Amino acid sequence: MERLLHVSSSPHVRDKVTTKSIMYDVLIAMIPAAAFGVYQFGLNSLLVIIFTMAACVLSEYIFEKAMKRPITIADGSAMVTGMILALNMPPEIPVWVPVVGGVFAIVVVKQLYGGLGQNFMNPALAARCFLLISFAGLMNDFSSARLGFDSVSGATPLAMMRSGETVDLGLLVLGRIPGTIGEVSVVALLIGAVYMLVKKVISPRIPLIYIGTVAVFLFLFGGFDPYYVLCEVCSGGLVFGAFFMATDYVTSPITPKGQVVYGVVLGLLTGIFRLWGASPEGVSYAIILSNLLVPMIERVTLPKAFGREGKKA
Amino acid sequence: MGLATFKGGIHPYEGKELSENKPIKELLPEGDLVFPMSQHIGAPAKPLVKKGDRVLAGQKIGEAGGFISANVICSVSGTVKAVEPRLMVNGQMVTSVVVENDGLYETIPNFGQERDYTSLGKEEIRSIIKEAGIVGLGGAGFPTHVKLTPKDDSKIDYILVNGAECEPYLTSDYRLMVEEPEKIVGGLKVILSLFDNAKGVIGIENNKPEGIKKIRELVKDEPRIEVRELLTKYPQGGERSLIYAITGRKVNSSMLPADAGCIVDNIDTVVSIYHAVCLQTPLIRKVITVTGDAVADPRNFKVKLGTNYQELLKAAGGFKTEPEKVISGGPMMGQALFSLDVPVTKTSSALTCFTKDVVSAEPSTPCIRCGRCVAACPSHLIPPMMMKAALKNDCEGFEKVNGMECMECGSCTFVCPARRPLTQAFKDMRKQVAANRRKKA
Repeated sequence: MERLLHVSSSPHVRDKVTTKSIMYDVLIAMIPAAAFGVYQFGLNSLLVIIFTMAACVLSEYIFEKAMKRPITIADGSAMVTGMILALNMPPEIPVWVPVVGGVFAIVVVKQLYGGLGQNFMNPALAARCFLLISFAGLMNDFSSARLGFDSVSGATPLAMMRSGETVDLGLLVLGRIPGTIGEVSVVALLIGAVYMLVKKVISPRIPLIYIGTVAVFLFLFGGFDPYYVLCEVCSGGLVFGAFFMATDYVTSPITPKGQVVYGVVLGLLTGIFRLWGASPEGVSYAIILSNLLVPMIERVTLPKAFGREGKKA
Repeated sequence: MGLATFKGGIHPYEGKELSENKPIKELLPEGDLVFPMSQHIGAPAKPLVKKGDRVLAGQKIGEAGGFISANVICSVSGTVKAVEPRLMVNGQMVTSVVVENDGLYETIPNFGQERDYTSLGKEEIRSIIKEAGIVGLGGAGFPTHVKLTPKDDSKIDYILVNGAECEPYLTSDYRLMVEEPEKIVGGLKVILSLFDNAKGVIGIENNKPEGIKKIRELVKDEPRIEVRELLTKYPQGGERSLIYAITGRKVNSSMLPADAGCIVDNIDTVVSIYHAVCLQTPLIRKVITVTGDAVADPRNFKVKLGTNYQELLKAAGGFKTEPEKVISGGPMMGQALFSLDVPVTKTSSALTCFTKDVVSAEPSTPCIRCGRCVAACPSHLIPPMMMKAALKNDCEGFEKVNGMECMECGSCTFVCPARRPLTQAFKDMRKQVAANRRKKA
């Protein structure tokens, strides 16, 4: 033996899954939704996706370089943030808007709080809300020249339902509707969701409880109409939010019971916002609001250790 | 009935195919034998011999140093060369009796003679087990006679034989099941004779169908003994996991298995009990797997206690490739060695040699709170919360998040995609908390 032996405390083996492989799996899972968005809405959507991701990765690189921290862009987390933010953008938005959002997401929401794993809000969603407030006109314009939706006929299905119109569930599921780039096609989103479930990147706990709660809430308070409930579930980014944003590891509870509570809170908030809020949308705000409750939810849902159930700790 | 199991756990690469079909080979030592006086939990034994003494195989050379302690028995005949501190697997220097082997294997009187255990009283059996220096051979090294002396014998209704062998790469227990199943059943019958209300259950993971078959056949007419098939999952052989899988009872960190009516013994421990009681042979040998991708000819060996690890390696053909990491035990709970010049002790189970050390290859990155550790933890803990407390050296916070319930199985660390040294930090914290508790007491 010429080399020295390595010595460390056990265990001496590791699973194959790494932070990087998880991030890339999430990216892969968003490809169907992204591809559908580009196919449906055209070139600008592709530019939005590319530039938003680039903005996120670059701002992370520059920030870490400036702060003399290790460069972590290879872990893929900035790309995931960029992709989620891009898919939350209206299709014809000027590219500079999501680029500003991307920088905000990475620098303000993620890095200023300590980087990966330390942010208390989902960076992409916080950035979306920041853009919604700052550029309300641009962010709420779902017109798409390619589909023939102008700013009037480009009302989202949620807005239509709110004003009492009925929508075509088939078009909703397929995604032939106005909306953000990535939220429109339920089919494409579910393909990605199944991929993440199969690869065990996410557990079905949060998304199913979230969507289930929304459905029950809207059934009870929206007039006991199953068709309406289905349309609501399939629109407004609920499927996208539930599977891709509410499941964000960093900003959702880590305790199993906490995840149940979190899903219910998300569902209730989304239901309330959709029925009585100022805007018919509700998913983004529901998620970032619930993000803030996570530490509290975790504190009250700390599981009993094995063999300590039913006893005082 | 479905496979018995527990909630949580992991599925590491098993690696058992390297050695599972290699019959146990007897290995006779060439060099000196080293018998550390502390190779068990509890007080160290006191050396009974001095330099120059002639000793025989089976002779007691270390006297238990208290109630929770164990005798040390010489495994060969020869001359005591020294009584001095020697390096052990765990890195400690421990007072040891060093014996120069004369190669004659001359034994003490009656050694190896058959004895009918049914003619012995319960206390006689317990004292034979105590004299034989038997401790938990699964790795913990808790003196077996203490385990077999609970407060109230009548409350023990399960004797569990731990044949899970959930630790990756290890195959020594499996080989015993296949080659010496009658000794396992015989040892269990001895234990059952101590506890009138108990039923014996041998739990075996379902990746060892041959072992299950062999033992099932042997016990088909034994009304008090049953074989339970366990799901192959780490740490199925953890004491608390095993008790839960088989009996549905839960044991926490402040309980003993006996509090749940159970006594758990590892396969090799039960075989040693059979040897001691029925063959008048004290604990002087150990079955050891020498394995890993760096070893030329992975095998299972029957080794005299005190044999140098270097001889084990040599018997397995030496290194095929230069190893980066050498472990005494398996990859999940074994001890990394910086030197192979250490003796085989009662708690040795394997020598695992890896060409690559995956731990140092990947640096630790920030926790992304993915929750894989939470799902894997057999004690239902929240490792990231424990880690937060550990990083601040906050003993109180660590206890608040149930850190003392950790069994240090390493499952959380195995699954962590950020490669965080969770178990390592927890071991440290648990020692600190335990030390603080002792100070207060």
